Amino acid sequence: MSLETILTGLAGVLAAAAPVIFAAIGETLTERSGVINLSANGKILLAAMAGFAVAVSTNNLLLGCLAGMLIGSLVAAVVAFSSITLRQSQVAVGFVLALMCRDLAYFLGNPYMGLSGPRIPSLPIPILGDLPVIGVIFFRQDILTYLSYILIFAAWIWIFKTRPGLMLQGVGERPAAAFVRGANVNRMRYIYTLVGGALIGLAGPTYSLSVKAGWKGTISGLDGIGWIALAITIFGGWNPLRAAFGAYLFALLQWLGLVLQPSLPGIPSQVLQVAPFPLMILTLLLVNIGNTEWVERVLASLPESARHAIARLIRSLRASPPASLGTPFEQE
Amino acid sequence: MQRNKFQWTNIAFQLGAVALALGFTTLVLILADAPPLEAYKNLFVGSFGSIKKFTDVLVAWAPLMLATTGLLVTFTAGLWNIGIEGQITLGAIFTTGVLRVLQDSSAPPTLILTLAILSGMVGGALWAALVGALKTFGGVNEIFGGLGMNFVATALTLWLIFGPWKRPGIGSMSGTEPFPEALWLPQITSLRLSIWSVVIAVAALICIYILLKGTYFGLRLKAVGRNMRSSFILGIPTWQYMMASFLVCGALAGLAGAIQVTAVYHRLIPSISSGYGFLGLLVAMLVNFQALWTLPVALFFAALNIGSIQLPIVLKLDSSLSGVLQGALVLSVIIMEGVRQRFLKAARERS
Repeated sequence: MSLETILTGLAGVLAAAAPVIFAAIGETLTERSGVINLSANGKILLAAMAGFAVAVSTNNLLLGCLAGMLIGSLVAAVVAFSSITLRQSQVAVGFVLALMCRDLAYFLGNPYMGLSGPRIPSLPIPILGDLPVIGVIFFRQDILTYLSYILIFAAWIWIFKTRPGLMLQGVGERPAAAFVRGANVNRMRYIYTLVGGALIGLAGPTYSLSVKAGWKGTISGLDGIGWIALAITIFGGWNPLRAAFGAYLFALLQWLGLVLQPSLPGIPSQVLQVAPFPLMILTLLLVNIGNTEWVERVLASLPESARHAIARLIRSLRASPPASLGTPFEQE
Repeated sequence: MQRNKFQWTNIAFQLGAVALALGFTTLVLILADAPPLEAYKNLFVGSFGSIKKFTDVLVAWAPLMLATTGLLVTFTAGLWNIGIEGQITLGAIFTTGVLRVLQDSSAPPTLILTLAILSGMVGGALWAALVGALKTFGGVNEIFGGLGMNFVATALTLWLIFGPWKRPGIGSMSGTEPFPEALWLPQITSLRLSIWSVVIAVAALICIYILLKGTYFGLRLKAVGRNMRSSFILGIPTWQYMMASFLVCGALAGLAGAIQVTAVYHRLIPSISSGYGFLGLLVAMLVNFQALWTLPVALFFAALNIGSIQLPIVLKLDSSLSGVLQGALVLSVIIMEGVRQRFLKAARERS
């Protein structure tokens, strides 16, 4: 394989990770406030279809992206309303929406199947794009990929380095305490669910207008991405930087699967494309195993020196969800 | 008197939920520029229009019913067994495997079929046990463990169909080589339905109903589902109970997969689970986990699936309309339940 192919391949990995980053960070913001939005899988498909349909009929890419974000927020509003206001199970509502939005996308998208539509042009950044190696990989992308770079850091700074971000953490970890300090817990949960939903929605048009341009119904290859994004949120330990790392790892694995295909003739391509999933289970296992009781028991029985090394390793991998995740808050 | 009034409001809210779902689906149809009444009529005629079509509905109903009854057990334990799709698939894979090994032997077909179906149950239970072990010993939430295992199961199916079990010549998406008719569950002449699959589904429902309502196990399982901490303190071995519920559900899901192979497709195909696992989750939620109600509701959902098959041919609409209506129904019931609770709370505070 020539250097050229590897460089463009890596650039493709960054572009392919962009929608996963949007979705995983959107979910991270939502879950940080204490709400689980399980609908991502269907929402991304519906947003992809809607974004493509709007862009085809208006010939306006920006409107297409906005349509996807709007769909994301609308679906998130259903989750927020039924879980925060009506106190029904977030998991149930999210799961039903994940299935229903997928079917809605296939049903309403039928007339747009296989149409050729506009595609977001790549926008090489002057000077930076001319740098050797780095320029090819990072700076000859389209605007959505640049947006994904910015979002990673912006979300990280927002959550960990600003006052509203601190409040957000408080709402997710100890809502009662945050409420006493003057936070309107349920309003903040609404806001973050809607904003997170818009970001998850943006993943849709990022596919249908850029990464996998077009709408091909059930063979669009988007079914499953939303679940991956949810797993990456956990893998990322509700931290945008780690989530982005997970998204890049996932995209890299999918690319490797395609590249290695010719050298492994016995294995059908469909198998290599799902290769990231077992790996995802394995990483979830690594991230979560430190939270189980028996690991603590085993650790306690080990000799001092070994215990320290292993405990440090487990702690560096471990991630715990926001303490109030999934539980409603009685505000009165 | 007061109680009676509340009962009427309950029924009113349930009817309201159905109206909401129908209203939403009609809106979707109008958005798609389709005639709503025509579409509903086609759904009905396509599922109950003739004996042949009704038996097709029963063909879909049996595995859906098996998946749903299995899910009642995991839901009772407070678990979201989203990995059920993979468990159905593994059931189908195990059944196909045993049939392949034994099809050229001299054993009587009845014995081969029985062994194949039983090993399908084992396959489903094993896959569920993996999800259960990931949850119990690895701390991996069953929703994500299950989802991942679903994808792995799909990959395994594809690998088998295109690899070791491929048809003579070249593997294709149409699946493995069909089994000889002697290895099919006996069918009613000229129909696709095997009466055995219906019998098995009804038997499963009865067993699960008794297990959950009439045994100590069911009672304790319910306690685990309601409040795991207190049940643990009261001496119920909680993780063993959760694991047992995974095993029972997995076995029933595997049975559904075995039915798909022995009574419906007579071979392994890539989408062997037909989505009945996820559909079963919807049915279980819609009936609010009451075992007996699953029978008619699963029948209705199966009818929607079969009825929607003719939509693309007659009205040039995508058959996913059935999924939209099913999802809308469950969602409206959940939302109306929330509204009802708020309404009742407000009414109580007033009186």
